[in-house]
Amino acid sequence: MLERSKLTLLGALVVIFAASRFSSHIGPYYYDIVLSIGINIILGVSLNLVNGYTGQFSLGHAGFMSVGAYAAACFTTYATGVLAVLAPLGGFVSVSIFFGLALCVAGMAAGVAGLLVGIPSLRLKGDYLAIVTLGFGEIIKVVIENVDALGGARGFSVASGYTNLFWVYAMAAITIYVVLNLVNSTYGRGFITVRDDEIAAEAMGINTTKYKVLAFTLAAFFAGIAGGLYAHFKQFINPEGFNFLKSVDIVTMVILGGMGSTAGVVLAAIILTILPEWLRWFSEQPFLPHWLAHLVENRMIPYSLLLIILMLTRPQGLFGGVELKRKKA
Amino acid sequence: MSEQEPLLDLRDVTVQFGGLKAVSGFNFCIRHGELTGLIGPNGAGKTTIFNLITGVYRPTSGSILFEGKSVAGKKPYLITKRGIARTFQNIRLFASMSVFDNVRAAFNMHLRHGISHALWRGKGLAAEEKRVESEARELLDIFHLGKACDAPCTSLSYGDQRRLEIVRALATRPKLILLDEPAAGMNPTEKTDLMELIRFVQEKYQIAVLLVEHDMRVVMGICQRIAVVDYGVKIAEGAASEIKSNPAVIRAYLGVAEDEENGAAA
Amino acid sequence: MIEFLQQLINGLSLGAIYALIALGYTMVYGVLRFINFAHGDVFMIGAFAGLYVAPVVLKFSNGGPSWPGAFLVLVAAMVICAILGIVIEKLAYRPLRNRPRLTVLITAIGVSLFLENFGQYAFGVDPQSFPDLIGDHAINIPAWCGPLTDLTIMVSQVLVFAVTLILLVALRFIVTKTKLGMAMRALSVNPVATSLMGVNNDVVISFTFGLGSALAGAAGILISIQQPSIDPLMGLQPGIKAFVAAVLGGIGNIPGAALGGVLLGVIETLVVGYSDRLHIPSGYRDAVAFFLLILILLFKPTGLLGRVEREKV
Repeated sequence: MLERSKLTLLGALVVIFAASRFSSHIGPYYYDIVLSIGINIILGVSLNLVNGYTGQFSLGHAGFMSVGAYAAACFTTYATGVLAVLAPLGGFVSVSIFFGLALCVAGMAAGVAGLLVGIPSLRLKGDYLAIVTLGFGEIIKVVIENVDALGGARGFSVASGYTNLFWVYAMAAITIYVVLNLVNSTYGRGFITVRDDEIAAEAMGINTTKYKVLAFTLAAFFAGIAGGLYAHFKQFINPEGFNFLKSVDIVTMVILGGMGSTAGVVLAAIILTILPEWLRWFSEQPFLPHWLAHLVENRMIPYSLLLIILMLTRPQGLFGGVELKRKKA
Repeated sequence: MSEQEPLLDLRDVTVQFGGLKAVSGFNFCIRHGELTGLIGPNGAGKTTIFNLITGVYRPTSGSILFEGKSVAGKKPYLITKRGIARTFQNIRLFASMSVFDNVRAAFNMHLRHGISHALWRGKGLAAEEKRVESEARELLDIFHLGKACDAPCTSLSYGDQRRLEIVRALATRPKLILLDEPAAGMNPTEKTDLMELIRFVQEKYQIAVLLVEHDMRVVMGICQRIAVVDYGVKIAEGAASEIKSNPAVIRAYLGVAEDEENGAAA
Repeated sequence: MIEFLQQLINGLSLGAIYALIALGYTMVYGVLRFINFAHGDVFMIGAFAGLYVAPVVLKFSNGGPSWPGAFLVLVAAMVICAILGIVIEKLAYRPLRNRPRLTVLITAIGVSLFLENFGQYAFGVDPQSFPDLIGDHAINIPAWCGPLTDLTIMVSQVLVFAVTLILLVALRFIVTKTKLGMAMRALSVNPVATSLMGVNNDVVISFTFGLGSALAGAAGILISIQQPSIDPLMGLQPGIKAFVAAVLGGIGNIPGAALGGVLLGVIETLVVGYSDRLHIPSGYRDAVAFFLLILILLFKPTGLLGRVEREKV
């Protein structure tokens, strides 16, 4: 008899598979939103491990997403030989394995980047860590802009749109499975001790640096997968799309959800993906005075106000402050 | 390993911050299972010595040997793994966690099932988690915190929080435990309970204890041997009765009387 | 050699701008231990304030360049920015004074995004042209300077040096010789003790924000005189670079911010100027600041002139 969380994951995957069979019935506009929500869930849940559970403020998550996006894009574009080798297995299987490999490459590349950034940076605390991660995110962006083989600032076109509902939500389910299982174990409580009191944690024999780097690397890995999914969804990526603003987007999800609450972050991801679409719809309503419509059109204006108001009124987010229940292993 | 050799041996330890010598030429040993105390006026360097032993600070010179091996300047978590645990002057519990989880966290360093097991969730992990859970509960029960197991640790009374900190430190299975002003903020009844608690811990777990305390009744009441520091230097060492009547100690705490200063007969 | 001197002059001019903005970051960090993400955008508002005030002022000189006019525009921008800084602090940061620093940081990011995007809404997205306030031209270097005559030194560059120097001296005077300045310094060391001494912390903090924002406003005018194309997003890059400069000099340290600003300006200009010889594509210009930031944070996080702050265990 399989253990409970594994059963839940399998169940979720089955449901997702079934849902993906019906995905052609949703209009393309809503299909896009659903996929975007899924990708944002992966980004938010993974960052929550670092910012929420481990209490390390990272402002460069979009950088790891971009590493994964470009890695996956390069793999599917240039490693077509692998696809050829897999061809005898039949169209569906070979493409699935090929894309699966691309995502693995994306995750590993981003994970390595996370390791390289994390090891030197994680000795810094609070504001300093935020700035350093921001800095690394910008450096990654500038490097990509200057590498012609990756398309530079002009961007990189991806030929095949392998991403579909199953892939996105299967990855989201796996991300949630990994984060929740990790945190709800005795070992995983270590992350929270680092957040609550690093000095006390060290005094309890916990290697805080190892936990911080682990959280950071794992989060980067999943951000990379999200990037790979994104690249084969929009089929076009450029460095500007992974800038500081994108990192702020993801951080906002974590904060709105309540740092340290995976359920909250999932909900926040849904809300924050739908919000700009809703704002766009709202700005097009005929009853709006012209100036208000323009104001709302730039989604950043209400968005930034939302951020400020959120911090002033409910900084713990939707589900923050709710005790993390002790789960049996 | 000979029981005659000291468990903890500080030799000529000095630590300097910029121009200030916080601790100077400090010599002290603690034997296995011994209950020792460290006293001195405020700012004398007691917490600094704690921080030196636990790796928060690195000594500028001198050596710190634990079970014969150097621990000077090692990372705190490694020193805890060697067998030295501590509590803090300002209680440092894991505020967002329950009483139970605070203790459970201290078992981390003994875990044999790490990240991959947490993800895979095989039988081995389940067994270890069960074992950790029962040990943590047992520990909490012994110290009368069992009923509050699932409560947030911040809901405990001050005295109970201090007790929880001690329980948490014990969960790391130390050979030496450092208690930093555990009686601070307690009323006399609580202090008596604390004294019994410390003696109990020493006897039941055969642990050596180093106590920093301001309350003389507590220190003199339970410590087998006491060291006195003033301005970072050890000025006396011995049993409670010796320390009480030591003129240097009295001078450090009470200052010098005016006529003594003006050269009148001692 | 001449080329090096030229780059140096350009770098110093850029560095002066960075220094003025960096001072605002460092002063706010000094009293509140908080990085005001929105500071770079105050710099932008300064430039736009100048854009709207200038035509009014220039009416008196019939639209032509005028030094008194420029001076008035500078002062006006500084005042407007000071007020803006004080308002932002009162509305967005003060209510969060006792909250975790992360919360305020996010709020600051929110304010920054708001200023940038509202700026785009109010001023339009496209760059606009800043009026020529002083009739900028290259200085005529007398022939007796020999090889130095090959240098190009613009009047605006000299103006930037001069104004920055004057403002730095004024700031030093305020910080060391006035009561408010002393209160600022006391606050940065121990806020509780300071308030116990009868100081109204809120007033001092408002003053600090006002002062820092005024300097950013001045920087906004000065850069607009040098590079007359302004747009609502112009605060992004200089903002983050000035922040790096403040960290470089030691965040919280006022002379450090000035030093850091000048150093960063010079290094950045030299790297770009010699990019072919260094085999670094000039597109990496913006990465220079981040690269320096990471180096400093990894090897000397307290910066060149900063002090270590130990956490009491």
